[in-house]
Amino acid sequence: MAHAHAHHDDHDHHGPDKGIMRWIKTTNHKDLGTLYLFFAFTMFFIGGLMSLVIRAELFQPGLQFVHPEFFNQMTTMHALVMIFGGVMPGFVGLANWMVPMMIGASDLALPRVNNWGFWILPFAFSLLLSTLFLAGGAPAGGWTMYPPLVLQTGDAFPFLIFAVHLMGISSITGAINVVVTILNMRAPGMTLLKMPLFVWTWLITAYLLIAVMPVLAGAVTMLLTDKYFATSFFTASGGGDPVMFQHIFWFFGHPEVYIMILPAFGIVSTIIPTFARKRLFGYDSMVYATASIAFLSFIVWAHHMFTVGMPLSGELFFMFATMLIAVPTGVKVFNWVATMWKGSMTFETPMLFALAFVFLFTIGGFSGLMLALTPVDFQYHDTYFVVAHFHYVLVPGAVFSIIAAVYYWIPKWTGHMYSEFWGKTHFWLSAIFINVTFFPQHFSGLAGMQRRVPDYAVQFTDLNVWSSVGAFVFFFAQFIFIFNMLASCFGWGKRASEKLPDRVWEGATGLEWTVPSPAPYHTFEEPPTVGDDGEPVTGAARPAAAH
Amino acid sequence: MKLHKVLAMLAVLASGLFHAAGAWAYTETSGGWNLPTGATAIAQEVYDLHMMMFWVCTVIGILVFGVMIISIVKHRKSLGAKPASFHESTTVEIIWTTVPFIILIAVAIPAAGTLIRMEDTRDADLTVKVTGYQWKWEYEYLGEDVRYFSTLAAESNAARQLGSGIDVNTVENYLVDVDNPLVLPVGKKVRFLITSNDVIHAWWVSELAVKKDAIPGYINETWARIDKPGVYRGVCAELCGRDHGFMPIVVEAKSEAEYAAWLESQRGGETATVDEAAAPAPVEVAAAAETVTDAATEAPAELDKAALMAAGEKVYGANCVACHQASGQGIPPNFPSLVGSTVVQGDAAGQITQILKGKGLMPPFPQLSDADIAAVVTYTRNSWGNDSGLAQAADVAALR
Repeated sequence: MAHAHAHHDDHDHHGPDKGIMRWIKTTNHKDLGTLYLFFAFTMFFIGGLMSLVIRAELFQPGLQFVHPEFFNQMTTMHALVMIFGGVMPGFVGLANWMVPMMIGASDLALPRVNNWGFWILPFAFSLLLSTLFLAGGAPAGGWTMYPPLVLQTGDAFPFLIFAVHLMGISSITGAINVVVTILNMRAPGMTLLKMPLFVWTWLITAYLLIAVMPVLAGAVTMLLTDKYFATSFFTASGGGDPVMFQHIFWFFGHPEVYIMILPAFGIVSTIIPTFARKRLFGYDSMVYATASIAFLSFIVWAHHMFTVGMPLSGELFFMFATMLIAVPTGVKVFNWVATMWKGSMTFETPMLFALAFVFLFTIGGFSGLMLALTPVDFQYHDTYFVVAHFHYVLVPGAVFSIIAAVYYWIPKWTGHMYSEFWGKTHFWLSAIFINVTFFPQHFSGLAGMQRRVPDYAVQFTDLNVWSSVGAFVFFFAQFIFIFNMLASCFGWGKRASEKLPDRVWEGATGLEWTVPSPAPYHTFEEPPTVGDDGEPVTGAARPAAAH
Repeated sequence: MKLHKVLAMLAVLASGLFHAAGAWAYTETSGGWNLPTGATAIAQEVYDLHMMMFWVCTVIGILVFGVMIISIVKHRKSLGAKPASFHESTTVEIIWTTVPFIILIAVAIPAAGTLIRMEDTRDADLTVKVTGYQWKWEYEYLGEDVRYFSTLAAESNAARQLGSGIDVNTVENYLVDVDNPLVLPVGKKVRFLITSNDVIHAWWVSELAVKKDAIPGYINETWARIDKPGVYRGVCAELCGRDHGFMPIVVEAKSEAEYAAWLESQRGGETATVDEAAAPAPVEVAAAAETVTDAATEAPAELDKAALMAAGEKVYGANCVACHQASGQGIPPNFPSLVGSTVVQGDAAGQITQILKGKGLMPPFPQLSDADIAAVVTYTRNSWGNDSGLAQAADVAALR
């Protein structure tokens, strides 16, 4: 690993190395984007299997399959794997592929940092996943790692901390790369307010990452010293404060929530105009709304901990600030709807996923609004109502947007169209069964089922049966996606053999559609020029219906 | 218009789901799949806030999704729709920024009022200190000399073990029943002081609209004034380790006279519940011992080593393993190893006392029966290479 890039500087422009070394040594943003996406899919699969363990155990009341301790390990690892291994690398993969192509840059600004940023991840997750085989098992204290409980972790503890550190380093290097690239390498004529929204949302996300990942690193380091070096940051018996951890953690954790959704906003803001054949409504307010959401994300962290016994003034402040987030988020939803209004819509698979995103993310937003009301949050907190809420924003939210983005851009990446029939089948199975999985959880939560339990009162049986059935079907439906994407990669099937134009989608705009499909290994060695409307002056013909 | 009808039907369906028949829920005041309306005035306020926000969201949802559905149905290319060219409108954007803002203020005002009332713990008629342990609750009636532990009911505890072979549907109030419920008077303002002895727990009874974290080093305050007698069930709501799902809360609200009589019967200090003389409790405690230690139940009589070891392993698995680990090696430095430990190899009386009284991070376990403690002492003294003799129930009884 250490000497992998040391032999020579790759100054040639003839394309990638051959074989495995291409992928290990690569500094090409497209290769690394592909690696990130493969990694993310692998993690989604592993995290998904863990959720199936959870749902299998919860299918019926009583313990059937696993011990409570192992169940807790599964919930903890499921969250860590999905957040840090699935959603975040998924978005980083998309940023790797698309940010340079959307701003007319030849690559990311720091390509070797990019290589390191990726290759840290397999090591981080090897550390984390290896804990499943250690004495005492994997971490079982929840992904929030609250002390004192997390300090009861066995041999897995240092593995957990160092894995989190490595994930954080990877995220920060990726974020710095994105910021530097966007601020320095835009095509001539592309001012900040002409950038595609996906680029904007990633710029803001990158700043969030740089701001909060060190906070997480600090918090887990304090845990480490509490456990091994006799400090008492969070140990009450030594004069420490267990609630302080929660404040620090959620100062990271709440912006983290937006790190997992802002790029999704960018993706949806790209896809909906394409298939509505109409310019995005309210571009400027979309940018300002994104920035406002990012700012507000720093002052609402304590709404995750209304029940810790904060003073009344604190509870009121965090209630009002949290409710305020509904305003810019509402603006975004209204803008998407206004973009569709009087459009000329078609419903290819990426559009279907984007529309499902708007519907279901909004439902998640509504339950978020309900959660913002502090007196009622006392009732919802740590119940399945919350589980339903954050899965609505993270699965049909973040994950659907990643899926939509892959369907949208994969013809550009591979030069082969995917199968629309299987895409739609995948969509309908996913959209239906994600609701079968998570919608009943609103009700089980309201009726009194707390989260993170391996077993429950028999009154909740029916709702859990629905959730478990939904989860299994949803999981296996994703194999359709995998095969469809492989078909596009390797050109299987009839549609895949058709030669695609540069501009794959009729209504698509943006620089990425001015390069051939598949995108060549090196793009934009000469920067394109961008006109007043953010569209390329040179290059392929612009779509007739775009404006 | 057709679409409006469909949407109206969906709204009716949604509210119907919320109010579905109540036989389903374990709460006394629940309407089915919804929050319970509750047994206190505050709980009713919270329920009303919840429903108000639900309807606000429903109306906004119908509007937004309605426009979306109309676009999807009518403005499609296959119907020959031509795209319009508008892409911004300052007026519209100002309207849809300010209107939600005004709605939010309208919701925030009553919510703030309820919150202020919820946090007003002054002038309480009685105070109960609630302490969370892994994985049980301790209730102490301040100034009343009454204090006891409350753990998962024995039938539930037996049924919930992996591979127990018991059909949980046959267990009444499975997982939401305890051996010793918290008994409270109706019509009195009860203040709860909530804290923890080990990790963070959360004391939640939905029908009282009370949920507060129990945090070591902190004493949190909250309160409830229960309107009518009844049994109100809750659970621990903060992940607190292996048995987080198995530490329910049961509140029995009694009339003032019944409460006074009950309180009188309980007086006599911290071992009230395990004390053989105390009125209703001992039967249940004995039952608990029965299920945990099949072998050691019947008898204060002396047991042989094999029986003690078999019973002790179960007690250890239920109470000790999370900290001291199955290997007995603990998680130093917080949870010391029992392998070759001075406590385990020393005088049995010292070890029994530590189990009864606790020490440092280790909570006291007075709620365990004499037989259970004897068994677990024997087990730890003769496992993992330890070889330090037996203990019998009589030894424990002598040290209580």
